Amino acid sequence: MKGLVFMAADYTASDFRKGLRVEVDGVPYVITEFNFVKPGKGAAIYTCRLKSLIDGNTYVRNFRSNDTLKKPDLEERTMRFSHKESDHFIFMDENFEQFTLLDKVLGDNQYFLFEDCEVRVLYHNGQAVDITLPTFIEKVILETEPGARGNTATNTLKPAKINGDFEIMVPLFINQGDTIKIDTRTGEYADRVLKK
Amino acid sequence: MRSPHLERARLQGLQPALQLRTQVLTAIRSWFSHEGFTEVETPVRLPTPALELHIDAEPSGNAFLRTSPELHMKRLLAAGYDRIFQIGPCFRKGERGALHNPEYTMLEWYRLGTDYLDIMADTESLLRQFEPFNLKSEIPRLTVEDLFLQHAGWNPVEAYDAERFEHDLVSKVEPALPRDTPVFVMDYPVSAAALSRRKPGREIVAERFELYFNGVEIANAFSELTDPVEQRQRFELWAQQRQASGAPVYPLDEDFLAALELGMPPASGIALGLDRLVMVLAGAKSLDEVMAFRE
Repeated sequence: MKGLVFMAADYTASDFRKGLRVEVDGVPYVITEFNFVKPGKGAAIYTCRLKSLIDGNTYVRNFRSNDTLKKPDLEERTMRFSHKESDHFIFMDENFEQFTLLDKVLGDNQYFLFEDCEVRVLYHNGQAVDITLPTFIEKVILETEPGARGNTATNTLKPAKINGDFEIMVPLFINQGDTIKIDTRTGEYADRVLKK
Repeated sequence: MRSPHLERARLQGLQPALQLRTQVLTAIRSWFSHEGFTEVETPVRLPTPALELHIDAEPSGNAFLRTSPELHMKRLLAAGYDRIFQIGPCFRKGERGALHNPEYTMLEWYRLGTDYLDIMADTESLLRQFEPFNLKSEIPRLTVEDLFLQHAGWNPVEAYDAERFEHDLVSKVEPALPRDTPVFVMDYPVSAAALSRRKPGREIVAERFELYFNGVEIANAFSELTDPVEQRQRFELWAQQRQASGAPVYPLDEDFLAALELGMPPASGIALGLDRLVMVLAGAKSLDEVMAFRE
C-alpha cells in the first residue's frame, strides 16, 4: 500500500488552533488547548498546550504572532483496529502487520474505537503516532437515567455512558440500549440512530 | 453540522448569564444617568480606524468597522460635551480566545476637565453597584513600576523593552495580582502610553491605568493626550512600526487631529469590556459562558 506523504511546511501563529499537528525539535505534537492573549495594548501572545504524539505528555508554550512551527512530516495509512492490550491499542494493516499506540496518545478517541473500525494511522519516522477516526461512529448507550418526556424547557441534556464508562451528553429522549451517532472531531453527540 | 439538540441546550444554559447582562446594563445606565452623563452613539463604520500599534481593523466595503469609538467621542469632548458615555459594538480582526471575540461590546465614558484619577473614582463608584465585587474598602492601586520590581525584577518605566514587558506582564505580573478584588494597575511606561498623556513632572510615566479582576483585564483608562503635535507623532510612529512589521497601515484620522488642533481641554476617559465585566461577575472563565453567539 502506498502511503500519502505530506510535505513539511511552516505554520504561523495565526494558523494555530486546537487539533493542529505541529513539530517542535523533531517531535510531533498536537495542540490540545489554544488561547489568544493580548497584554494591555501589547502584541498578541498565543498560548498553546502541546501534547506529544510520542509519549502523550503535555506542556504549555507561548508564541508571538510572527513565530512559526513546522508541519510534521507524517505518513498516513489506512488500517483496522484489532484489540487492546492493557494501555496499548493494536492496529493491523491489510498484510496483518501490527502497529501499537498508547492510550494517552489516543485520548478520547480510544472510547470511540470498535473492533474492525477502519482508521487512518499517522506515522512519524516510521512510528505510529496518531489516528484519524471516521467522522461519525455509532455507539450503544450502556447506561443513562430515563429521560423526562415533554420537558424541553430546561436540562435538555443528560450524561450517558458508552463503553469504557466514558460519559457523553445526550438529549433527554435517548434511552439505555439506544444507538447514537458521535462526531469524533468534537466527541459530541450528533444524532440518534433509528433501528429499522 | 452540530446537533440542534446540543445547540438548543447550550443557548438555554446561557439564560442566567444573559439575565445578569441585562441587570448590569440597567445598573450602568442608571449610574450614568445619576451622574448627569449624555449617552451618545458614534459611527460603527469609519473611513479610517483609530490607529494603534497592535490593533487590526476589519474592513467593511470601502470603510472599516470601528475598533473603538474613542476618536469620535473625543471630538464630542473637544466640542464641549463634558460627560459622555457609549455602549456599543467594536470589532478587532483576528482576536479570538477565551477572553476575546472579534465582535464585542465596549462601554466608554469620558469627563472633560478631569484626569485619570477622577475616572478611577468613577470606576470605583460604578463597581460598587455590583454585589459580587463586594467592595468594602478602596480598590488597591498598584503602579507598574512597583509590580514589575516586585514580580519581574526590573523597572520597565526606566528602561522599556516591549517584548520583555509584554511577556513578563502576562507570565509574572498578572498572575501575581491580588485575587477576589478589583485592582487598578497604573502609571505605565510612556512607551506603552497609547493615547494617554505624560505625567506632569515625570515625563517617562504615562497617566494610564487598567482595571483587573482575578488577573483578567477589564478596562483601560487615560488622562487623554490632547496635544495635537505629540498625537500626530505617535500616530506616525505606529504607522511606521506597523509598516515595518507588515501590518496594514491606516490613514490618519485628520478630522480628529483637526479637532485637537482647534483645541481640546484636559479630559480623561476609559474603555471597559462589557462582556468581560459580565464574565467576571458571573464567575465565568470564558466569554463562551456569557455570549450567546461567538464567532
